[in-house]
Amino acid sequence: MTHVETNTSSPVHAKSSARGERLLEVRDLSVSFNDGNDWFEVLNKVSFDVKPGETVGVVGESGCGKSLTALSILGLLPRRGCRRTGQILFDGGDLVAFGEGDMRKVRGRKIGMIFQEPMSALDPVFTVGYQITETVRAHFKVSSREAHERAVAALAAVGIPSPSNCAAMYPMSLSGGMRQRVMIAMALVCEPQLLIADEPTTALDVTIQAQIMDLLEELSQRTGTALLFITHNLGLVAESCSRMLTMYAGQVVENGPVDEILSRPLHPYTAGLLGSLPQAKHRKSKLPSIPGRVPSPRDMPAGCRFAPRCTYVEAGCRMSQQLVGHGARHARCWRSDTLVLPGAAV
Amino acid sequence: MGKILRLVGRRLWQLLPIIVFATFVVFSLLQLVPGDPAVVLAGDYASEQRIAEIRQLYGLDQPFLVQYGVWLLHALEGNLGRSLLTSESVSQLILYRLPNTLLIAVYALVIAGLVGVALGVAAATRVGTRLDAFITGLASLGVALPSFWLAMILVATLSLGLHWFPTTGAAPLLTDPWSAIMHATLPAVALAVGVIAELARQVRSALIEVLNSQYIRTLRAKGLSSGAVLWKHGLRNISVTLLTLLGLQVNRLFSGAVVIEAVFAIPGVGSLVATSALNKDFPVVQGVVLVLVVIVILINLVVDVLNALLDPRAAEA
Ligand SMILES: Nc1ncnc2c1ncn2[C@@H]1O[C@H](COP(=O)(O)OP(=O)(O)O)[C@@H](O)[C@H]1O
Ligand SMILES: [Mg+2]
Repeated sequence: MTHVETNTSSPVHAKSSARGERLLEVRDLSVSFNDGNDWFEVLNKVSFDVKPGETVGVVGESGCGKSLTALSILGLLPRRGCRRTGQILFDGGDLVAFGEGDMRKVRGRKIGMIFQEPMSALDPVFTVGYQITETVRAHFKVSSREAHERAVAALAAVGIPSPSNCAAMYPMSLSGGMRQRVMIAMALVCEPQLLIADEPTTALDVTIQAQIMDLLEELSQRTGTALLFITHNLGLVAESCSRMLTMYAGQVVENGPVDEILSRPLHPYTAGLLGSLPQAKHRKSKLPSIPGRVPSPRDMPAGCRFAPRCTYVEAGCRMSQQLVGHGARHARCWRSDTLVLPGAAV
Repeated sequence: MGKILRLVGRRLWQLLPIIVFATFVVFSLLQLVPGDPAVVLAGDYASEQRIAEIRQLYGLDQPFLVQYGVWLLHALEGNLGRSLLTSESVSQLILYRLPNTLLIAVYALVIAGLVGVALGVAAATRVGTRLDAFITGLASLGVALPSFWLAMILVATLSLGLHWFPTTGAAPLLTDPWSAIMHATLPAVALAVGVIAELARQVRSALIEVLNSQYIRTLRAKGLSSGAVLWKHGLRNISVTLLTLLGLQVNRLFSGAVVIEAVFAIPGVGSLVATSALNKDFPVVQGVVLVLVVIVILINLVVDVLNALLDPRAAEA
């Protein structure tokens, strides 16, 4: 097993005195899987929070643990061979301690979720309307007629041209963009306080991507729903989020306000992601893309997990890294005080 | 709705060619059976001349194709002819014997449907556990077990040993339902085991695939209970696999009935076709084949219609 941080309370921890203004507080969330012989850790002490109505971005390459973080919050990890520790404070309770029955009242009702694959995320043998109606009726005691009316209203709210026709259709007769709108309608129909969107536009055409992003922003602003927006595309976070965190190899390596991170990242990994943004390529960036790949959870480097791919690596990087505070920001890099990393053109 | 009507039309349109094909094949195969019904009919010590007369009387002296053509024309008029051996009307024979066969076939299908689906669901929702391994093992065994062997074990233990069930024969369902059910139980169980094994395996693998799909995760993410996810969405998504499989198993049940009816001495169409074929009593064999083909096609039609109603993807196909 990889090393364990000696400092149990991360800097983020210490600052969370004003709990009242936080909707979601994830504290030292760790997740391990069992492959039959061994336990291996895929999330290591992930901590962050989301305020009511806020849009928080989560970035990182594929395999960094973004989806697992989202699934952990909803308690949707596999039941067997999986261990989750830490706290997920939401709406006055700790979701990690919740049983299946209590979790069910949170899922879809207080926290909605949309997934990356709109083509396969809807049940092919039920109509779109039925699937949204079913969500309403799982959480509210309403007549099927009223549930249907709410479903149609939700479809209208996500900009579907003739919502009652759409409600009678099966997913297979809808395009990818339309299906993702349906997914958004379904996730928001019970007016949750938090919407988790896991790569909601990754599988879509570029033009449709922009429409879906605009829709998500508009809806979260209009309804006051907080948005946890997960993507591997830092550009999308730059456009739509107020705060962000960078994840690498199962850890949060940087967090803070988006504009500050963009102008001066504190972690070399965030700087690397910024460097691979298309508009940055025109400037002679040192890091067109980050060499190497995300380490496997079974094979984590000792010390800084990013060190094997880092341009700024030094002898001190062999030590385990803590999140270091810089005002409202944090970075998991002992050199973050002194390093001056290139940001994106602002 | 239009799609479904077209589907029904297409199936019914196939009915005639399939009937002609199946009965023609059976008729040709019957020619290979050794023996001559005319000799049997003429009785012991009959003269050559008497045998020739009988042959002429029943049209057995005609060329093969003519014999078949005559039979087909009559059959299309609804006249299935008479048994060469007993002179009984073939329609009467079938009418009298078919209920016994249908009872054990439907009974077996009901047992297999309930037990097979239950085992498949239990295994699929507990993948990798000991229960799953046990059910999978049992199913592999069940597929391989010959039904007549099983029938004999059942008779030896449950009926001869414990006297829970009658050993042989059948009773009329309408006038004596309890006795009919008791008589049909062991044959139905013997027939059902193979179908249970097949269903359990297929339901397990189809359901595992469905339960691992993205849309099941969506259903859980919106707060549905695991019961609703499994029994409403899980089963509905494997319903096409399940119904198609059940339709195919009907063929298997009918062919299994030939052997099982022989073991249990049940006067059904299975044992009828077996004895008639050995005696080259072709009107009876042809009549039974015709009726069974019609039943199988109609069942497949029902399966297709249900599939189209249950799954929009099947309606497109
Ligand atoms: N069910 C699972 N069993 C074992 N390992 C898993 C499972 N799900 C995800 N992982 C591993 O966890 C890591 C993080 O995965 P994920 O959260 O999907 O990454 P991301 O969403 O950032 O691309 C990956 O290395 C992945 O292989
Ligand atoms: Mg992911």
